[in-house]
Amino acid sequence: MKRWTAIANVIAPVVAVLASFLVGGLVVAAIGESPLRVYAILFRGAFGSVDAIGYVLFNAVPLIFAGLAVAFAFRGGLFNIGGEGQLYIGSFVCAWVALTLHGLPAPLLIPLLVLMSAAGGALWAALPGYLKARFGAHEVINTIMMNFIAVGLTGYFVIEVLKETGQMTPQTAEIPAAGQLPRLAGALQSIGIPLPDANPLNASILVAIAAIWLAWFILYRTTLGYEIRAVGFNPKAAEYAGINIRKTTVMTMVISGAFAGLVATNEVMGFRHRFLDNFSSGIGFMGIAVALLGRNSPLGVLFAALLFGMLNTGALEIDVFTDVPRELILVVQAVTIILVVVGNEVLQRKLGARRSA
Amino acid sequence: MFDIAVFDAALRMATPLILAALGGMFSERSGVVNIALEGILLTGAFASVVATWYTGDPWAGAFAGVLAGMLVALLHAVVTVTFKADQIVSGVAINLLAAGATQFLMWVIWDSSSNSPSVAGMAHWTLPESWGGFARVFNTVLGHYPPLVYVTLAIIGIAHVTLWRTRFGLRLRATGEHPEAVDTLGVHVRRMRYSGVLLSGALAGLGGAFLALNTHQFVKNMSAGRGYIALAAMIFGRWNPVGAAAACLLFGYAEAVQMGLQGQHVPTQFVQMIPYVLTMVALVGVMGRARGPAAVGKPY
Repeated sequence: MKRWTAIANVIAPVVAVLASFLVGGLVVAAIGESPLRVYAILFRGAFGSVDAIGYVLFNAVPLIFAGLAVAFAFRGGLFNIGGEGQLYIGSFVCAWVALTLHGLPAPLLIPLLVLMSAAGGALWAALPGYLKARFGAHEVINTIMMNFIAVGLTGYFVIEVLKETGQMTPQTAEIPAAGQLPRLAGALQSIGIPLPDANPLNASILVAIAAIWLAWFILYRTTLGYEIRAVGFNPKAAEYAGINIRKTTVMTMVISGAFAGLVATNEVMGFRHRFLDNFSSGIGFMGIAVALLGRNSPLGVLFAALLFGMLNTGALEIDVFTDVPRELILVVQAVTIILVVVGNEVLQRKLGARRSA
Repeated sequence: MFDIAVFDAALRMATPLILAALGGMFSERSGVVNIALEGILLTGAFASVVATWYTGDPWAGAFAGVLAGMLVALLHAVVTVTFKADQIVSGVAINLLAAGATQFLMWVIWDSSSNSPSVAGMAHWTLPESWGGFARVFNTVLGHYPPLVYVTLAIIGIAHVTLWRTRFGLRLRATGEHPEAVDTLGVHVRRMRYSGVLLSGALAGLGGAFLALNTHQFVKNMSAGRGYIALAAMIFGRWNPVGAAAACLLFGYAEAVQMGLQGQHVPTQFVQMIPYVLTMVALVGVMGRARGPAAVGKPY
C-alpha cells in the first residue's frame, strides 16, 4: 500500500500537468493559434539557451521558499496561506537590518541577514500559530488577514520611514555591498558555463537548496519533525502519546514562516538589493500551488518550483513571438492545481488510503 | 469625516462587499468554505463588462455577472462537494484561475492587458420632475444611488428571512452544523451544499458586476482583495446576514475615510488595516468568540 501511495504521489501531478497542457492547447486552438507552435516557443524560451535556463532557475528560487513554507505547515496539519505576508516582513526586516548595520563585513553581515529574513517571516507566522494554539482561531483566516496587514505595515515604513531620499519610487536605499549575494554568472563562466553577466541568477539558489535539505531533515530526522508529522496525521492520537500540541503548532508555523521569509535572500540580497513596496505580486500564493503540485514533500516542491519557473520564463517568449498572451500560463497553472487536487482525492479513495503522510 | 458624502462613498464601497459576504455566508452555512469569493467577484465583474459591451445594456451585464459567478461557484461545488477535495485549496486554485482567465480573455476580446474599454453604467431610477412632488420624493429616496445599491439593501432583508424564517434556511443551517443528522432525516446534503455554494456565486457575481459597472469598465485584478474582506466581514458579522452587512458598511466606511485622507499627511495604511485587525480580534474572541458552523470545511 505504501509503495502504491508513493507511485500515486508521482503519477497524479504528472498526469495533472499533462492534462492542463492539453486544456491550455485547446484554449490556444480556440483562438486560432497552433498549440504545438506555442508550446515549442514556450520550451525554447525556457531551455533554448544558458541564459534562459538561468532565468528558469532564478524564477524558481522564490517559489521554492514559498512552496516549502506551505508544504512544511501542511505536514503539521496547518494551512499557511500567509506566505505572502511573511515574505514581505522577512524582506523588509532584511533590508532594514542591512541598512542599519552598514559597517559589518560580508562574512558577518550575509549570514546575519539570512537569519533575520527567516526571523522576520517566522515572527509573522508565529502570531497566527499562537492564536490557533491558544484560542483555536483558524490559521487560514488569520494568515490571510495578516497578509494585508503586512503589505500595509511595510508600505507605511518604506514610504514614511525608510524611503530613499530624492526618489519617487517607494523603495529603500540600496543595501551595502557587504550584504549582497553575488550573481553566479562569473563563477559559472570560470567553470565553462557561458551564463551572461546580465543574468540575475544569484547565490540565493544555494540557500534554497539548503532550505530544501533543512525542511527534509527537520521533518524526517528530528524529534520535533516527528511530532509535527504526528500532529498533522492525527492530533488526538499525538496528544494521547504525550505530544504538546500547542507548542508543536506554534513551532510548525514558526518554521514555515521562516522559509517564506527567506524569499528575501533572492529578492532583497540577490536581485533588487533593496526593499520595494508591493514587490511580490503573489509569490506567496504561487507557493501554495507549488506545494500542492509537489505533494507537500521538500523534493516535490523543488520539481514543482522548477516547472513553474520554466512556465514563467517561457511565458515571456509566448508574449513576444505569438498572438497568445502570456496569461495563458496562469490558466495552465491554475488548471494544474485543480486537477492535482481532484486527481489526488480520486486516487486516494481508489487506494483506500485516507492520508499520505 | 462624518458628512453625507463620506456616507455615500461608504455605501457604494460596501455594496459589493455586502453581496459577496452574504454569498460567503450562504456557502459556509451549508458547510462549504468559500475562499473563491475573490475569484467570483473578479469573474462577475469581467462578465458584466463583456455583456454590457456587447449588448449596451448594463442590466444584461448584471445578469451575466450573476451567471458567471454561478458558473465559477459550480466549479467550486463540483471540486469540493462531489469530489470532496479540500475546500480552501479549491478556493485558492479558483482565484488563480479567475485572475488568469480574465486577463487572458481581456486580451482576446479587447487586445489589452490592463483594462476594458468604457461601458455604460446603470442609470439611476428616476421619475420625470413634471410628475410633481411624488417624483421629487422618489428621486431623492430611490434615485440617489445606483439601482444595485437598493437591490442589495433588499437582498439583505431577503437573506435574513431566507436563513432564519424558511424551511430552506433551516435545512441549510442544519447541513452546516450537523450533516449526518440532516442526512438521517432525509434531506439531501449534497443538494443543500450545492445550493449554498451556487447562491454564493450568484450574489458575489452580482457584487462583481456592481464593482465594474460602477466604474464603467473592467480593470485587471479589480477585485483587489475585496473577496477576502467580504470573508472577514462575514466572520465579523458572525455568519448572520444583518451582522455581515453591518460589518461591510463599517469596512466600506473605513475605505471611504481612507480615500478621503489620501493626499493629506496621514498614514492611510493604518486605516486600511482596520478590517483585518478587527477580524482577527473577533476570531480570538475579545468581545465574545466568533464561531462558524460546526461542520464547515468538512466534506460529507
